[in-house]
Amino acid sequence: MNKLARELLFPLIAVVAAFIVGGILILLVGDNPIVAYRLLLGSALSWPDGIGYTLFHATPLIFTGLAVLVGFRCGLFNIGAEGQLYIAAFATAWVGITFANSSSWLLIPMCFAAAILTGAFWGAIPGVLKAKFGSHEVINTIMLNFIAVALVSYFTQYHYKVPGDPILQTAPIGPSAYIPHLGRFIPGLPERIPLNLAFILALLCCLLVYLFLWRTKWGYEIRATGSNPFAAEYGGISIRKQIILAMSVSGALAGMVAINEVLGNRHRYYDGFSDNYGFTGIAVALLGRNHPVGVILAALLFAALQHGGIYVDGFSEHVTKDIVQVLQGVIILFVAAEGFFKWALGRRLPWNV
Amino acid sequence: MLELRNITKRFGDVLANDNVNIVVKPGTIHAIVGENGAGKSTAMRIAYGFYTADSGEIIVDGQPRDIKSPHDAIALGIGMVHQHFMLVETMTVAENIVLGAEPGTALALDLKSAAAQIRQLSEEFKLAVNPNEPVEHLSVGQQQRVELLKALYRHARLLILDEPTAVLTPLEVEEFFVILRRMREQGKTVIIITHKLSEVLAISDEVTVMRDGKVVGRVQTKDTNAAELARLMVGREVLLRVEKTDAEVGRPQLEIRNLSVTDINGTKRVDGVSFEVRSGEIVGIAGVEGNGQTELIEALAGLVDPERISGEINFEGRNLNALGARIRRELGIAHIPEDRHRRGLLLDFSLAENSILGVHYRPPIAAMAGGIFLDENAVQRRASEIIQAFDVRPPNAALPARSLSGGNQQKLIIGREYRVDPKLLLVSQPTRGVDIGAIEFIHRQLVGLRDDGCAILLVSAELEEVTSLSDRLLIIHDGRIAGEVDPKTATLEEIGLLMTRGH
Repeated sequence: MNKLARELLFPLIAVVAAFIVGGILILLVGDNPIVAYRLLLGSALSWPDGIGYTLFHATPLIFTGLAVLVGFRCGLFNIGAEGQLYIAAFATAWVGITFANSSSWLLIPMCFAAAILTGAFWGAIPGVLKAKFGSHEVINTIMLNFIAVALVSYFTQYHYKVPGDPILQTAPIGPSAYIPHLGRFIPGLPERIPLNLAFILALLCCLLVYLFLWRTKWGYEIRATGSNPFAAEYGGISIRKQIILAMSVSGALAGMVAINEVLGNRHRYYDGFSDNYGFTGIAVALLGRNHPVGVILAALLFAALQHGGIYVDGFSEHVTKDIVQVLQGVIILFVAAEGFFKWALGRRLPWNV
Repeated sequence: MLELRNITKRFGDVLANDNVNIVVKPGTIHAIVGENGAGKSTAMRIAYGFYTADSGEIIVDGQPRDIKSPHDAIALGIGMVHQHFMLVETMTVAENIVLGAEPGTALALDLKSAAAQIRQLSEEFKLAVNPNEPVEHLSVGQQQRVELLKALYRHARLLILDEPTAVLTPLEVEEFFVILRRMREQGKTVIIITHKLSEVLAISDEVTVMRDGKVVGRVQTKDTNAAELARLMVGREVLLRVEKTDAEVGRPQLEIRNLSVTDINGTKRVDGVSFEVRSGEIVGIAGVEGNGQTELIEALAGLVDPERISGEINFEGRNLNALGARIRRELGIAHIPEDRHRRGLLLDFSLAENSILGVHYRPPIAAMAGGIFLDENAVQRRASEIIQAFDVRPPNAALPARSLSGGNQQKLIIGREYRVDPKLLLVSQPTRGVDIGAIEFIHRQLVGLRDDGCAILLVSAELEEVTSLSDRLLIIHDGRIAGEVDPKTATLEEIGLLMTRGH
């Protein structure tokens, strides 16, 4: 229990502090923070639209949060989830378009495989570069983001756009590749809300990532490498292999955003669809303390802010949805400042002898 | 000169100092001894103003004094030299010494007069330190003398030295003691914190022994001996000598031929070394640290890129050169590394998770679902076996390794490596930073493993350890084997000469 409290304390401080700082800003621009916050959270938690959309927005963040988490646990900073999910989304759409006439039983697994494998491949590139040449994964993942985004834009624009379509997007995928909206199964949740089966898949992935990292020998090796590569090497673990493995798994998880977007939502590749999911995933992993359960909670919070922000924009006089950016920024700032808090509070915490 | 009266200090639940009374007479060298965590450093940090006591008095020159900060202590003539030097490497000796007490005006730093003063102090105490030399060019022994000068420059009459010999080679220790004696002759008072009994007996006039935060003994050095001090420190009789029978030597297990190892910068660290280790014997390697021991052991353990190795490493007649650490472990080679934090442990992992490092990927640990999943019961079983057999405290497998004391961390590593029933054990500095009680235990375990027929290669910077444990003793100097001696008959002088001169 004590351990749980310790894990929860700093994320909670970060969130509360963010709301206080945000509240001061709202006061400064001349609005009432309580009204604004009620609007923000009330709209995000209303049934069915608020909750439905919050869960829908949380889905990609869970995937990218897990992706960043797996990297972190191996001592790697994967800033490339954004590129990985773009490449994967395009590949998924390509499979969905090219094999549109296949049956669902064949096409959906093929699309899943496309999302997972392309993401893994794009993640493995900086992994291999680091393992073989020691080049830093942060630089390479950032660079590969630009390459991925430009590459898929190019293919969409010049090869896969429906002629005459003013929007930069591909043709739709075959209907047999669609995965159902959850509204079909949950009474009271309208089917128009794009929350789909990928959300269940994201929760399942949290469980799988947990089992993988903490219950298998591969997870042990990844975590050992992240915790102390010298000791891992001493224990007969190949650090190079772990780096490539962790980056591949990380990329695969980021790639699964494509399942939510392409199979569950727009049913095509839509250029620029990602609302910085890859980068917000870093914040989600940090706030979630690099634990799958934490990632779910943090993804839900960020998704609620994202959805509620739209209402703040519409219904309050001075505050715009940029307040959400402020809240997210302050949360990240405070999470990153954890070391400072530990130092400042160090002596007074009961578990700190 | 200095007296601590009824000093009590708590850190959370831990009573670090419990009614401590220490009297240091002027013009003497006073040793404070005790195991790690006995409270000796805490008491001295209170005297130096780093911590304030919860209760009790500090008396300097017969007057009760309020020492709230090191600044107050310095004003009263108390100086302290820490175990880890606090020097700015890129600055000169003089710049380092005046740092924080710069002479001259706010705008003009008067380094010249400071340098002259430092030179005079250096001559007075025969420290042989050049004030204009950058600190990064100095040896560890010289850096320590700069720290002494720092205190002397601030007119310290009482010097507190925290584990001053931990970083010195045997020869430097001798020189250092000469300096301390000279300081005593000049009327300075010295307090030396240590846990090395031979040094206490060699240098001090009086000894205060601490255990579990309390003072448990005050003796005149001339009236005591190592056995009595060890008993006071540990609280029971301690066997200082290693008891062992003659080795029953079997066939050669490890054969090294003309082995050379270069580091990542291309410098040759091990240079054409050949020897063998047979089953049932402990072969010791003595040498001043940094003469290739680390690289030798890491090369044998499979932790060095094969491209940086030349020569032959054979184990049971099989060439190991190209094989990685995992295969070498599978063949029966265990390794107790010199740096337990860097190599030996996953500090943030639990004791249970640490206990399976190296065997985590195969049965019985990874046994479920085709050997992919770890069998949690098997992990716990292994951990509790090791914890019990090696008396790891506290005996809680769920704790992170970081929370253990150095001695208990070392016992965990040794237990883990013993658990695989090795045919060859590579051991580096097995008792570094370990309490006397645990040292005795570790030594007995090593001899026991030898008696069971294991071949052991032992590297240690502690001459006493390596001579008393080894059946054969090689001396390494500058990456080469400088000679082999019989540890039963060789004198420390003989070994010391080979260690420093190489012939």
